[in-house]
Amino acid sequence: MGWDLSRGLEGLDHGVVTAKLEEIVQWSRKRSSWPATFGLACCALEMMGAGGAHYDLARFGMEVFRASPRQADIMIVAGRVSQKMAPVLRQIHDQMMEPKWVISMGVCASSGGMFNNYALVQGVDQVVPVDVYAPGCPPGPETLIHSINTLHEQIQSGELLRRRQQTGGGAGVQVAQRDGQPAPQIGRLAGTR
Amino acid sequence: MSTAPDVVTAELSEGSQEMGPRKGATAAELLRELGAVLRLSEAEAAALADEVSDDQQTMIINMGPQHPSTHGVLRLMLELDGETVLRTKPIIGYLHTGMEKTGETLTYLQGPTNVTRMDYAAPLFNELVFSQATETLLGIDGDIPPRAQWIRMLLCELNRMSSHLLFLATNGMDLGAVSMMIYGWREREETLRLLEMITGLRMNHNFIRPGGVAADLPDGWRDAVLRVLDLVAPRLDEYDTLMTGQPIWRERLQGVGVITPDEAIALGATGPILRSTGVPWDLRRDAPYLHYDEVDFGVVVGSYGDCFDRYAIRLNEVRESMAIVRQILDAMPAGDYRIQDRKVTPPPRGRIDESMEALIHHFKIFTEGFKVPAGEVYCAVESPRGELGCYMVSDGGAVPYRMHIRGPSFVNMQALPHMLRHGFIADAVAVISSVDPIMGEVDR
Amino acid sequence: MADTSNEAGGDAPEDRAESGFETTRYGTTMSHSRGQVVLHPGRDQLVDLVRTLRDDEGFRVCVDVTAVDYLAFRAPRDLPDGVTAERFEVVVGLLSHATGERLRLRVQVPEADPTCPSLFDVHPGTEALEREVFDMFGIRFEGHPDLSRILMPEDWEGYPLRKDYPVGAIPVQFKGVQNAR
Repeated sequence: MGWDLSRGLEGLDHGVVTAKLEEIVQWSRKRSSWPATFGLACCALEMMGAGGAHYDLARFGMEVFRASPRQADIMIVAGRVSQKMAPVLRQIHDQMMEPKWVISMGVCASSGGMFNNYALVQGVDQVVPVDVYAPGCPPGPETLIHSINTLHEQIQSGELLRRRQQTGGGAGVQVAQRDGQPAPQIGRLAGTR
Repeated sequence: MSTAPDVVTAELSEGSQEMGPRKGATAAELLRELGAVLRLSEAEAAALADEVSDDQQTMIINMGPQHPSTHGVLRLMLELDGETVLRTKPIIGYLHTGMEKTGETLTYLQGPTNVTRMDYAAPLFNELVFSQATETLLGIDGDIPPRAQWIRMLLCELNRMSSHLLFLATNGMDLGAVSMMIYGWREREETLRLLEMITGLRMNHNFIRPGGVAADLPDGWRDAVLRVLDLVAPRLDEYDTLMTGQPIWRERLQGVGVITPDEAIALGATGPILRSTGVPWDLRRDAPYLHYDEVDFGVVVGSYGDCFDRYAIRLNEVRESMAIVRQILDAMPAGDYRIQDRKVTPPPRGRIDESMEALIHHFKIFTEGFKVPAGEVYCAVESPRGELGCYMVSDGGAVPYRMHIRGPSFVNMQALPHMLRHGFIADAVAVISSVDPIMGEVDR
Repeated sequence: MADTSNEAGGDAPEDRAESGFETTRYGTTMSHSRGQVVLHPGRDQLVDLVRTLRDDEGFRVCVDVTAVDYLAFRAPRDLPDGVTAERFEVVVGLLSHATGERLRLRVQVPEADPTCPSLFDVHPGTEALEREVFDMFGIRFEGHPDLSRILMPEDWEGYPLRKDYPVGAIPVQFKGVQNAR
């Protein structure tokens, strides 16, 4: 197997790679999953720090935080979710296209954190289905990157999508839609029942 | 494939908290949304209501709460005439955490963990003001060892630097200078690394506690601080060159979001917003706490009250903070890092094995908490956003009876409708960024 | 006990009571709390007093408006003579840029009639602060342009910071623990 570098890629002896289509699709989903900006509180600062130069999410293909949920794959819920914010969180999640994943960053998003009171939703999994929980208050950028890598492994293996199809999982919360539109159903991939 | 049998439907609409059409609003409501600071007569208000003859010409749009430029979960309802903003109504509460209620269930030693998460860009200031209020109620505010006070000063000024660097980063990004985001975060990382070396955590440190600070400065702190100062100073000059003289930057910030001194005072604005109008009020100089009367620093004041002034003030406040930190390096005294009153300060861990009394004190402080005599007090410090105050009421128990934090961003938000009026919607982003709100302390 | 050192410079000697604890200033009962000056106006005097303080005495800045619910207070109320203790207290903080002085006004608000005149006309910067007090305590401010909830959702019931409103903590169960905490 030789590579004549002077000819660039054309100098490769064997320029053909074979793989399962499913693996290639999962690989591309993993390698360019764009997060939706859902920075709420202190965890948002650490999330921005993870995107900064020292910790650099760009090497995972994730430095582009899309403001529009239509263009995003991963929603990193970074911070505490109050009662007023919960319907907004649900609506943004509903607006994301399948396949989508949720990372619950920080203890406030995972379980209500140190604020066990009337004002917070005790864990965003009451509102949206969560795939990876990242503990910490706030989790440092390294913890966030570890949680992202964990999610990427699950994306690569297709485990989460399989599970979701089987259980139709997630909270049964619906948000009152304007203009009488029907509420989106989660857990149903196109063409499945 | 089953969905839950009882579907919970959640409401997105916030009813009367949102902005309604102009015709239905009362005169007083209109005035407030127009940003008026003085009460006009009913006739003048009616004239304002007829400013736009046809309701169809204006559009009420919603910005947020999930939006890349609103600095957290701020929701703004804007009434637009084309691209011009007429009325603004901020809707907050999307980050309300019930911290003041939680504060009534935590002891005074646990209190800083709670309040530190309010202004999470400058957490040490929240801890400082809470500790000061507790110490005043206890009556020990004159007995805190000098070294503890100087360490508090050092940490607060480093925190002010990291908070203003965050402002420079987000302000740059909001206005399109995206590389400023990366640069600002690079500097902030260095400061956070230093804070991690001293306090153990990058954010939400819980380091400044009633009685002093949690631990002494580690070995090698002087070199670490000098390294950060030498690193940041020339880079600040780079950012100055990158932004301050740049024509696009000036066009976007000068003359935008103007507020006059009287209006700022009437609306209760403090901090860089007030100083940008020319009022030279800074609690570090005018009501000194810690040892600010023993260090030499300048209070940066603007003259036009626009966004550019606020940006320039914060940039120069980083320089002033660095000068203060250099003076602290020279003046740091030796001594205790917290008061030696065993009723308030937990004993060193080593002593617990040796002395029964130390064990009992440790136990009582960490389980029940120390009791604070009844009374009420208000303490204030100058945080990067303005006057951060703590009003605390004690009934003699081990937990505060009422703990209220006066968040500067909460009060500064009231200046938004006024600053946004008759500006373009693109300027709205610049103005919000220049107010530099942190929603954690707005909503608490 | 409150600090009895009289830092009040400038008030006439005849205003000072024997004990040095109470006196009057600006026509209102005054006390001290840990060295800070506190005034105790009645609800009907509040707006006029704040206006006078702003126009004539230089207290141009209203720093804070908050409230306290004294329902579960376990210590004696410690109010000066002539001030009737009520369940709620509205606390207003004022500041003078010229002299650096601070003032605190504590207004008693009864439970049966939880209203208080609004300071919006005198200090427009109290608008959001009074809305928060309404949201958290249920105290209505008369003359406020738009008294609606500000922190809680619009359809929330109850006033969270009142002492008879529970924290809302959910019990945390650990495996193997028999009793709920």
